[in-house]
Amino acid sequence: MTSIRSPGQIALALAIALFLGVFLIVPVATVVYVAFTEKGGGGLTLVNFLDFGRTDLFVRSFWNSVYVSAMTVVWASVLALPLAYLTTRFEFRGAMLVQTLGFLPLIMPPFVGAVAMQLLFGRNGSVNLLLDEWFDFKIGFMEGLNGVIFLQAIHYFPFILVNLSAALRNIDRSMEEAAQNLGSHGLRLFRRIALPLALPGYIAGASLVFVKVFDDVATPLLLNVKEMLAPQAYLRITSIGIDDPMGYVISVVLILVAVATMWATALVMKGKDYATTQRGGGGLARRQLKPREQVLAYAVVILILALVLAPHVGLVLLSFATVWSFSPLPDGYTLAHYTRVLGDSSVYIKNTLLYAGLAAAIDVVIGGAIAYLVLRTRLPGRQWLDWAASTALAVPGVVLGIGYLRAFYGVSLPDGTPLATLWIVIVLAIAIRRLPYALRAAYAALQQISVSLEEAAENLGATKARTVRRVVIPLMTGGLLAGFVTSFATAAVELSAVLILVQSNSDAPLAYGLYVLMQTPAGRGAGAALGVIAVLIVAICMWLSQLAVDRSQRARGMDI
Amino acid sequence: MSKPARAVGIEISGVNLSYGSTHVLKDIALSIRPGEFFAFLGPSGCGKTTLLRLIAGFAQAQTGQVLLDGQDVAPLPPWKRDVGMVFQSYALWPHMTVAKNVAFGLEERRLPRGEIDRRVAQALELVGLSAFAERRPAQLSGGQQQRVAVARTIAIEPKVLLLDEPLSNLDAKMRVSVRRELRALQQRLGLTTIFVTHDQEEANTICDRIAVMDGGKIQQVGTPMELYEHPANLFVANFLGSANILDEKSGVPIPPGKRLVFRPQHAALSAPESAALRGPVTHREFLGATVRYGVRLGESEVLIETPFQSGSELRSVGDQVGVDLPPRRMLFLPA
Ligand SMILES: Nc1ncnc2c1ncn2[C@@H]1O[C@H](COP(=O)(O)OP(=O)(O)OP(=O)(O)O)[C@@H](O)[C@H]1O
Ligand SMILES: [Mg+2]
Repeated sequence: MTSIRSPGQIALALAIALFLGVFLIVPVATVVYVAFTEKGGGGLTLVNFLDFGRTDLFVRSFWNSVYVSAMTVVWASVLALPLAYLTTRFEFRGAMLVQTLGFLPLIMPPFVGAVAMQLLFGRNGSVNLLLDEWFDFKIGFMEGLNGVIFLQAIHYFPFILVNLSAALRNIDRSMEEAAQNLGSHGLRLFRRIALPLALPGYIAGASLVFVKVFDDVATPLLLNVKEMLAPQAYLRITSIGIDDPMGYVISVVLILVAVATMWATALVMKGKDYATTQRGGGGLARRQLKPREQVLAYAVVILILALVLAPHVGLVLLSFATVWSFSPLPDGYTLAHYTRVLGDSSVYIKNTLLYAGLAAAIDVVIGGAIAYLVLRTRLPGRQWLDWAASTALAVPGVVLGIGYLRAFYGVSLPDGTPLATLWIVIVLAIAIRRLPYALRAAYAALQQISVSLEEAAENLGATKARTVRRVVIPLMTGGLLAGFVTSFATAAVELSAVLILVQSNSDAPLAYGLYVLMQTPAGRGAGAALGVIAVLIVAICMWLSQLAVDRSQRARGMDI
Repeated sequence: MSKPARAVGIEISGVNLSYGSTHVLKDIALSIRPGEFFAFLGPSGCGKTTLLRLIAGFAQAQTGQVLLDGQDVAPLPPWKRDVGMVFQSYALWPHMTVAKNVAFGLEERRLPRGEIDRRVAQALELVGLSAFAERRPAQLSGGQQQRVAVARTIAIEPKVLLLDEPLSNLDAKMRVSVRRELRALQQRLGLTTIFVTHDQEEANTICDRIAVMDGGKIQQVGTPMELYEHPANLFVANFLGSANILDEKSGVPIPPGKRLVFRPQHAALSAPESAALRGPVTHREFLGATVRYGVRLGESEVLIETPFQSGSELRSVGDQVGVDLPPRRMLFLPA
């Protein structure tokens, strides 16, 4: 890093700082400020928080959210543990299948399948109808908070699975053999040695799941659960208005919970970074399953796989169903929903492609620029850009939406329309939400490029700017492309910020349309068709991104 | 730590072990006596670790038997063998304190808490680490970690102690002191112990008997002195100390299919006229207590070490010398 500060770099850094300031810091600061001021613009006060604490509904919602998030982590762990154990400890042909599960939550956020799951697992859903007929009982999978827990757990357990299996694979084989040698075996051995060593990985996954569930607005609302904190924030703002302080207080509480969770995670992880991979044979010893264990293992995997695929299957069925209620399967099948969606509802799809495309482009440009400034220059304060961009992780979508609404409603364009009602604001909100991920991708891409390649270009007479254009950007293309596609895919199904910012149906993206359609029984079929289309878009993007990464690695002659 | 009630012997016979198509252990037969400090010595990759893992139950042989105290251990999984193994990497659990590491095996045996505490304290005392009980393994030096690994293993009072290159991660000075400690400990406990190493000095200094291994086969078993004085083949002769190996091209009469082997310090230089073997000095190295000469015999070259006394006259390169080799120092080994 020999760079001197050039005016171009300073201008770039300032531009990014301005962008982050206006579209991230200001909205969030506004939310916090409003939460601490008296209604109607008085002085600073804590009275709003006292009100929050005195309102039964909010306190109940808070504890409901804590309960649902915690129980989701518990159930997600129940699903993830046996799978992680199976795939890392045994020669097991289902292992590939299980690992592929890891991508499913990226393909479809939980709200998309919520209604379909209601039809499959609800009080009068397929499973309960069959149970009732055969065994004369029903299970309340979807009753109240249970429904949210059930849905979130089967959506988010792969986060735990992926982190936990990676951690388990990194444990040196002799760690386990030493324990066996001292008389330990079986589950006890797993609990005393492998599990504690894999704990950091587990906690990373679990805290991610906790925060995601805590911040989710759409899934509880689609299951008609209103008494949770994030939905309350949304309902307050949309039903009472942007002047009501309670929505802001709840937002601050949401931020605090996210920050506290991340902080607690960091605290627990401290000093637990066991680098146990040592010389001599990595990974836990795998053993062959006995025939009886095979049967059991496959049964577990198939059961979990069925659960994970249930929302997808339900969604597809629903999208082709004529009528589907009080029966295990739809009464008949039709293509009408797709014609409807591709006809008059196609604006949703068009908007989604536009918004997600723009948001991903913004993310890649800003993420790439921040990565370059941080890794390749000595600009003072460059680290602040990174921190600022990363704080977006702790800001729930609904909070960002509320912040935009409040901060930009007063700002009008020359013709008098408030800034907050423009569709471009939706794009910016989505871009800010996805920026931390694009930033990681950009870091990864840039770190693979040796500084000496740039120095060679400069040595041959290229200026800084030309070096960036002719050497850095071409070499980063693969990584940035992967970042773009991932941002695009996840932006396409972003809902919580969008829910607050959409002002008219004609400006709404697909996720919003799906949410609206799913509210009424008549719209469900079309909603499901939109959902299937969303899943397809995201799945294709994921595949493309994988392709981009592979190709850029091959282009650089790296072994994969 | 109390002496185990009775030390046990290990009998290995007819063992063959392959990983896929690699034949790693070939026809291994060994008899290790109760209370013996036994070494597996051999170059890297010769199968020492594999043989140790076989005894501990982490590897399965295709043929043959391992008897512990007269009992076939094949049906026993590792956790039922009561064979304490100290791993080459120590394998201390980073999430447990030193005391917890040492207590692990005792807890697995469901001993009462008081008994566990007593034996942990005893084991740590024995390896001189009582003051470190509450540390984490990462906060210890390599030598201390190694002693924790030993303490953890002997705390369960195993029937047999297996040590896989326990000194390889230590510096040279540490190695000498730790191996003395190990030997003293083994003597105090009277524990049958197998020590894996590829360093002959290590094996010679602390072990009662040594099995020299090469290419998955046991080449010879004996005390360090037996192996040195009476190597069974060229590999053993070469692996333990330096040896001159001559064939008929040296001009020395050697039976067909054999080689003449002798140690450099067993031959002496004499006047060329009276000697049966003679040739020119090719080089000379001064080693302090001895002087090492290279002497050309026919097409071969031998090394000869003579004691150095101050004032004694040294030969120079190019001098014709005679080589005196007492017949009882001549070994004829199969080529
Ligand atoms: N799991 C395995 N699969 C295939 N081959 C193996 C396996 N483990 C060991 N081997 C092979 O068996 C041979 C003996 O290995 P072993 O680890 O016993 O050697 P060693 O004598 O302990 O060597 P070192 O002194 O280097 O530790 C080696 O050639 C090794 O490549
Ligand atoms: Mg070895």
